[in-house]
Amino acid sequence: MSLSVHIKKHFGSFQLRVDLEHPEGITGILGASGCGKSLTLKCIAGIITPDEGKIVLNDRVLFDSERKVNLKPQQRRVGYLFQNYALFPNMTVEKNILCGLCREKDRQIKWQKMQQAAEFMQIEDYLKSYPQQLSGGQQQRVALARILVSEPELLLLDEPFSALDSYLRDHLQTQVKKILKSFGKDALIVSHSRDEIYHLCEYTALMGQGRVLRMGRTKDVFACPGSLTGAMLTGCKNIAAARKAGEYEVDVPDWGIRLRTAQPVQGHLCGVGIRAHYFHIKARENIYPVVYSAEIEEPFETTMLFRYEKQREGTPDIWWRVPKDRKPGRFPESLGIAPQNVLLLYPEQEDV
Amino acid sequence: MDWYPLYNSLRIAAISCVLVFFVGIFAAYYVAKLPRAVKGILDVFFTLPMVLPPTVCGYFLLVLFGVKRPLGIFLARLGIQFAMTWYGAIVASAVVAFPLMYRTARGAFESFDQTLAYSGQTLGLSNTYIFWRIRMPACRQGILAGTVLAFARALGEYGATSMLAGYIPGKTATISTTVYQLWRTNHEAEAFQWVMINMLISAVILLVVNMLEKKNGKAGVS
Repeated sequence: MSLSVHIKKHFGSFQLRVDLEHPEGITGILGASGCGKSLTLKCIAGIITPDEGKIVLNDRVLFDSERKVNLKPQQRRVGYLFQNYALFPNMTVEKNILCGLCREKDRQIKWQKMQQAAEFMQIEDYLKSYPQQLSGGQQQRVALARILVSEPELLLLDEPFSALDSYLRDHLQTQVKKILKSFGKDALIVSHSRDEIYHLCEYTALMGQGRVLRMGRTKDVFACPGSLTGAMLTGCKNIAAARKAGEYEVDVPDWGIRLRTAQPVQGHLCGVGIRAHYFHIKARENIYPVVYSAEIEEPFETTMLFRYEKQREGTPDIWWRVPKDRKPGRFPESLGIAPQNVLLLYPEQEDV
Repeated sequence: MDWYPLYNSLRIAAISCVLVFFVGIFAAYYVAKLPRAVKGILDVFFTLPMVLPPTVCGYFLLVLFGVKRPLGIFLARLGIQFAMTWYGAIVASAVVAFPLMYRTARGAFESFDQTLAYSGQTLGLSNTYIFWRIRMPACRQGILAGTVLAFARALGEYGATSMLAGYIPGKTATISTTVYQLWRTNHEAEAFQWVMINMLISAVILLVVNMLEKKNGKAGVS
């Protein structure tokens, strides 16, 4: 089971240039709005035709501009869960699910499969209701049922939780993860929420300005996002320009400090990132004097803003986030960072 | 009293309404998909009959279908003559009513949530199924409104009809041309009868439209 996408598409001044190899399981595409992540899904589903390139799903060529292959969406066997779920408003839940079974000719099997899916998704009580009578979570389950009965080889989920309120979102995430697992389907999930991606996906692709910046195992990608956009997407709060100072050392002029790193530094380094959670009073390395600046209280954590003693004027304060129960009684005079927690950022690939 | 004008008006309006329904919907559907420049030109062309005086439409129709014009001569060989016939009136009223259907249908299609069509495609539904079972029901209020407007316009058509089909009692006479003829020939009482009949038909149409709207509102499905 695998998906390989290599496509280009122009949209006015916007250029989409995606190279993506999805091994199997669940891959998340993390990107800011307008970076082309939904567009990529639409190209894979066949709703939008790329200018050139190739899309192959499990050895089946879906699109190949050179060989003039362009399968219709109906032939691709790719399920697409839209952000607004796209349930047909003029049909009952039952009919909506039956639409996913349009390839099945036997009426009895059709009916059975519909019932099974409804039971599995716990929507059998609403079969005679219309979509607009259901809550957001119920609508999502109907939409998933409708897609899963159509037996796609690949599932595309476009911002699946953005239309829900936060309580429901957390619950449904766990549910959707279970459903995807139990069906054993490969899936691509597009989201601008790093929490969603981290929670649901084994692999993560970071996307920015119409291209995939980095792709790998989710934990590796979050541990080492590689670029400025990547660091911001994965939620890194403290980012500054930096240059190589030694094999394992970088200079950060804005902060007036020199940091030791765990990984060797490449010559074309352009910045460093430090996550707000990674400063530590007891860290043994990269210890520099700091000055308290302000405090932001959150429900379970406290963010303290500080500046390095020699930090340049006009640069933003640095975020340090600690759980409330571990908040120090007195603001420390210096803070350190473990070398493996210094994210090394390199320029994003330029056009060749 | 001779009921022919009523019968003739209703059949002309009904047939041209059916014609306009299909042609208008498909024109609206395909024009919405075209590139912007072509769309603009076609849009002007399709809407012109609405803003032109109906007599100007009638003029163009005569230029096209007149018995001494190339197309008219060609059609006459096939046994079809639009000038001075009752089915010529169908052409005239269809042309004048077309923009009403076209524009309301296009408006409805443009506000249609395209993701519904996309999700249908990815589920494997055919484009024909999506069009008739998803797009049309979702747009049915706009399309219904367009159809009623087109029917009412076709029923009341005078200018283009009187130029292309003329007024021949028992052949091409419609309610609107009959009213004019009766008034012109000092038959005010008979003219008044037809005026009342016309008003009755119009009132019934409006009543039906209102009832349909209420019914839709109750179902809560829009």
